Amino acid sequence: MKAEWTTWAKEARERFPQANSALMPLLHRIQQAEAWLDEETLADVADLLELPVQYVQSVASFYSLFYQERVGRRVIHVCVGLSCALAGADALMHELEEKLGISAGQTTRDGAYSLREAECLAACDLAPVAQVNLRFHGRVSPGDGDRLLSEKVST
Amino acid sequence: MSRKYYLLRNREVPDIDQLAVYEAHDGYQALRQALSQGNPQDIVDVVKNSGLRGRGGAGFPTGVKWGFLPKDGRRRYLVVNSDEAEPGTFKDRELIEHNPHQLIEGMIIASYAIGAHEAYIYCRGEFLTGYEQLTRAVDEAYARGYLGENILDSGFELDIRVYRGAGAYICGEESALLESLEGRRGNPRLKPPFPAIAGLYGMPTIVNNVETIVNVPPLITFGAQWYRSMGTDKSPGLKVMSVSGRVKRPGNYEIPLATPLRTLIEDYAGGMLAGRTVKAVIPGGSSVPLLTAAQLDTPIDYEAMMAAGTMLGSGGCIVLDDSVCMVSAAHRLVKFYREESCGKCTPCREGTYWMTDVLGRIDAGDGEERDLEVLLDIADNMAGKCFCPLGDASLGFMVSAVTHFRAEFERHVHEHRCPMGAKLYDTINH
Ligand SMILES: Cc1cc2nc3c(=O)[nH]c(=O)nc-3n(C[C@H](O)[C@H](O)[C@H](O)COP(=O)(O)O)c2cc1C
Ligand code: SF4
Repeated sequence: MKAEWTTWAKEARERFPQANSALMPLLHRIQQAEAWLDEETLADVADLLELPVQYVQSVASFYSLFYQERVGRRVIHVCVGLSCALAGADALMHELEEKLGISAGQTTRDGAYSLREAECLAACDLAPVAQVNLRFHGRVSPGDGDRLLSEKVST
Repeated sequence: MSRKYYLLRNREVPDIDQLAVYEAHDGYQALRQALSQGNPQDIVDVVKNSGLRGRGGAGFPTGVKWGFLPKDGRRRYLVVNSDEAEPGTFKDRELIEHNPHQLIEGMIIASYAIGAHEAYIYCRGEFLTGYEQLTRAVDEAYARGYLGENILDSGFELDIRVYRGAGAYICGEESALLESLEGRRGNPRLKPPFPAIAGLYGMPTIVNNVETIVNVPPLITFGAQWYRSMGTDKSPGLKVMSVSGRVKRPGNYEIPLATPLRTLIEDYAGGMLAGRTVKAVIPGGSSVPLLTAAQLDTPIDYEAMMAAGTMLGSGGCIVLDDSVCMVSAAHRLVKFYREESCGKCTPCREGTYWMTDVLGRIDAGDGEERDLEVLLDIADNMAGKCFCPLGDASLGFMVSAVTHFRAEFERHVHEHRCPMGAKLYDTINH
């Protein structure tokens, strides 16, 4: 457990004192710092919020943006919604898979990239759209894969 | 083409997300007016008389909903639904990213009207920028005395907290949203009781969509009669339509309700891509049945859409052209519901799984004669039998596609390929 997590837990509980509302804000904050949430981290969160560890695991596993396995430094979400599909999202995904040498859902061996499908990202005006570490990039047409992979990311 | 916008107003103004710029464009004037002139009931009456209906999809009259709150002195909450994840819908994202103070102003007025002293914004997890914008704007509003104790010397007190979801479409459904906001898995609750009676932390709660609340400041400024001067008697006022798909200018467009669908596509969205014609339109987000090219004169309002066999829903309008394969489109949409089914009830969990499987088979040219009947049979076994509306929502497009384009489905089966020559996507296995 990192020292600052205790402070973060306290802040989350002050901000969201009722029910278990502090849980997701705390998970977000720790994931932001640690990139993903391993089992030990979830157990620490359970301790900090005085919740059963099974409960914390069950909540975390419900939400696709709580990563429970190691992810790359850049997590690429390619929108595969209908509007993006009509604009070439499948070809874009194909291109990224080829460039990175991985399939959707996997992480490159050097830990640089994770590639994931996203359901409609609510940015169909920018279709085909993708996110790098949850920042929108659009339009990313087939052929724009290199550009997407080299987008600057803030930490 | 210059149009006067109210909900999307100032979208061309740089830095309108900054408080000073928002104020310089009459921002927070409606709040001043509401706090100084109206008592809370007057505001509820304006909203009721305007005929404003919820823009999250169900179209329930907002003022009527506000009136459901029990008058028993218990604490009550306002929760704004910014989980926008209905495929084809992207209006709330623009509203929160681009002009967050407009939503906050609407929330303060709405909270004052319903007597809430705590309000929450549930922001979709994928909207990191939107979340940061809202958080920053809320801080600015506190610093300037629009939030906190004794707002603008009115004696009214309000706190707003921004809460981040974490990737689950079902959390847009209001009771699942409340579960998630309480720190649980996003499984829907049994209704009744409705949130207005027992919502967040068991207290009376109004859940409203972002766009619904964004209507409130202009309603205070211009009044219910102004709102009723647009649209129809039962569907008055303004709606932001998100247009995407095979049009020249995809984007958000604010229309007076009852504008014909054709006008939205041809005038606002610039018409179809060169050389393409309309094959079908999904007018209200992925959960609603399609309209055919012959139905383009349907006015965009709740009743006309219903009469045409579909729904206005969230206003996510996806335009499909003559090159689009309806089997692929149905496959894609049903797969979405399979991915997003929360798994709580059997008809939805199993039904979306099997429909995706069968559609995938037909799509890939491996369909069998009986598959169409299998599909419709699964749909029949789901319709009306799911715990929450997500299950039924997965059927709208698919069933209407089979109804209107049955021959296209049959050709996939008979010819063992896509007659449109649509390219299928294969995952490479590394
Ligand atoms: C599966 C499902 C997803 C939904 N997603 C959203 C959403 O993302 N945003 C929203 O405002 N309403 C959504 N709704 C509708 C809400 O349940 C609720 O009706 C709405 O937030 C009420 O606000 P309104 O009256 O202002 O429309 C969804 C409903 C269902 C069944
Ligand atoms: S219909 Fe689907 S989303 Fe709704 S409760 Fe059942 S399984 Fe969950």
